[in-house]
Amino acid sequence: MISARGLRKSFGDFEAVKGIDVEVRRGEAFGFLGPNGAGKSSTMRMIASVSPVSSGELRILGMDPATDGPAIRGRLGVCPQEDTLDNELSVFDNLYIYGRYFGIDRATCRDRAHELLEFAQITDKAKAKVENLSGGMKRRLTIARSLINSPDLLLLDEPTTGLDPQARHVLWDQLFRLKQAGVTLVITTHYMDEAEQLCDRLVVMDKGLIAAEGSPRELIDAHSTREVAELRFGVGEHEALAEKVEDLGERVEVLPDRLLVYSDKGEEVVTAVLERGLQPIATLVRRSTLEDVFLRLTGRSLAD
Amino acid sequence: MAITAARPATRPTGSLSVREGITRQYDYWLTVYKRTWRGGVANSFVTPLFYVLAMGVLLGGFIDVDPDRLEGATSYLAFIVPGLVAAHAMTIAVSETTYPVMGAIKWHKTFFAQLATPLAVRDLVNAFLCFVVFRIASACAVFMLVLAPFGVFETWWGPILAWVSQVLVGSAFATLAFGYSARLRSEEGFGLLFRLGVLPLTLFSGAFFPIANLGPVLEWVARLTPLWHGVSLSRMLCLDTVDWSLAALNAGILVVLCLVGWRWAVTGLDKRLEV
Repeated sequence: MISARGLRKSFGDFEAVKGIDVEVRRGEAFGFLGPNGAGKSSTMRMIASVSPVSSGELRILGMDPATDGPAIRGRLGVCPQEDTLDNELSVFDNLYIYGRYFGIDRATCRDRAHELLEFAQITDKAKAKVENLSGGMKRRLTIARSLINSPDLLLLDEPTTGLDPQARHVLWDQLFRLKQAGVTLVITTHYMDEAEQLCDRLVVMDKGLIAAEGSPRELIDAHSTREVAELRFGVGEHEALAEKVEDLGERVEVLPDRLLVYSDKGEEVVTAVLERGLQPIATLVRRSTLEDVFLRLTGRSLAD
Repeated sequence: MAITAARPATRPTGSLSVREGITRQYDYWLTVYKRTWRGGVANSFVTPLFYVLAMGVLLGGFIDVDPDRLEGATSYLAFIVPGLVAAHAMTIAVSETTYPVMGAIKWHKTFFAQLATPLAVRDLVNAFLCFVVFRIASACAVFMLVLAPFGVFETWWGPILAWVSQVLVGSAFATLAFGYSARLRSEEGFGLLFRLGVLPLTLFSGAFFPIANLGPVLEWVARLTPLWHGVSLSRMLCLDTVDWSLAALNAGILVVLCLVGWRWAVTGLDKRLEV
């Protein structure tokens, strides 16, 4: 579906994407995980065939965005990071009019709009103005709009940023249903839980480059231990205490508010810490996540 | 293929014909029209009517001059009407292509949403301008119809051609102002355009008085303004005083401005929306 070789994007002197190789296969949910400014959105805009490639090779659905842009865009669904819904139009008209841009005839557009309202669970809002919708509803409408042309490939740029937890789960559920229906999804996110939930395969991006690639499980297995012991001490003590627990795990990360000790047996780490007479304010043993992978690969947390 | 940043020379696969690009946006512009036509009525018809009554009928009642000094008009009202409608076409054109264009780029992001579909920048510009031309054409048509009973037109066919010339001058301004707006980062530039562009043109391009009154130098400056070409055409046709070679020159310049303006609009928007 997507094949990129040495893909680059520069804006003047600034290089947002510094040569990445990506392969997305039909039917999979593929993720770009990385902090803000990693080059995810620039990559997405090139894939969406609205931003010219600075150099490298990019093929979308077997076509070249430089010469086949309209044909590619006709088969894509795009859910941008920032809502671009028409606030002056009704919810229904947002879908109907968008469908017309794809050359879909009026009757089909109407039917499709009704179906999608149901899918997005906003049928009762059909006649409402978009500006009166909640953030979650607007997002669902944006996703519904991106599906109006029954796309082969759906691009979602930070789909749940700014949504409350409940709205996120509703949205995830809908993306799952799309995935089951065979739609290829490409998602950018800086939420590791979102990436773990939704993506079959992902790349971790940092500073315009790909730091690692694989399934969430593979990435965790390859770059982190099975468990992590989190130790919270008093303010400012973490740096000094790190060396006292260094030998208890494979690796120790010092964060401003806690120490992370990486080990396959987290509980044993906590017991050993207490035996050494150290008294953490709080401890937590958890499974490794993509956040740990990211920390390992870049030395920074995703929120930075 | 190492570098693909350059624009392709051939037409992209799946790109739409001019007609298809416009008709796909018909439903959008129809809903925009349904939403905004009421406001348009006041701006397009009522305001200019006040001008005609105040300047043409009431002020004009004090003006009694030889038709030779009014470019052949038998009354000041008959003199002022064709120019007023042409100036009005310009005002509608500029107001429809300033804030609405910036809004579609900056505030509502309409253009970005539309570009994620098979539509291209050229298609967006075309449909937008078609809508503006429709606005100009309908406003000028109603204006001219309302004025017909005042006995200001000399022939039946002249006003029809005059209406075409008004639409033409409006279109020229629409394309140029679109190009300007597409390049503008902040709306403060619009104040400049209205105060230093639209207002002086309205006042000094021969709509309210013969430009011969400006003196030889300023008269030539006035002749260089796009609005004067519209006023000149519109007036000659309404008053049946057509100098066909001058008319051809006026129309030719306006057509050229439309084409140059269109190109300026497309390149401006293309550059602006590229991210």
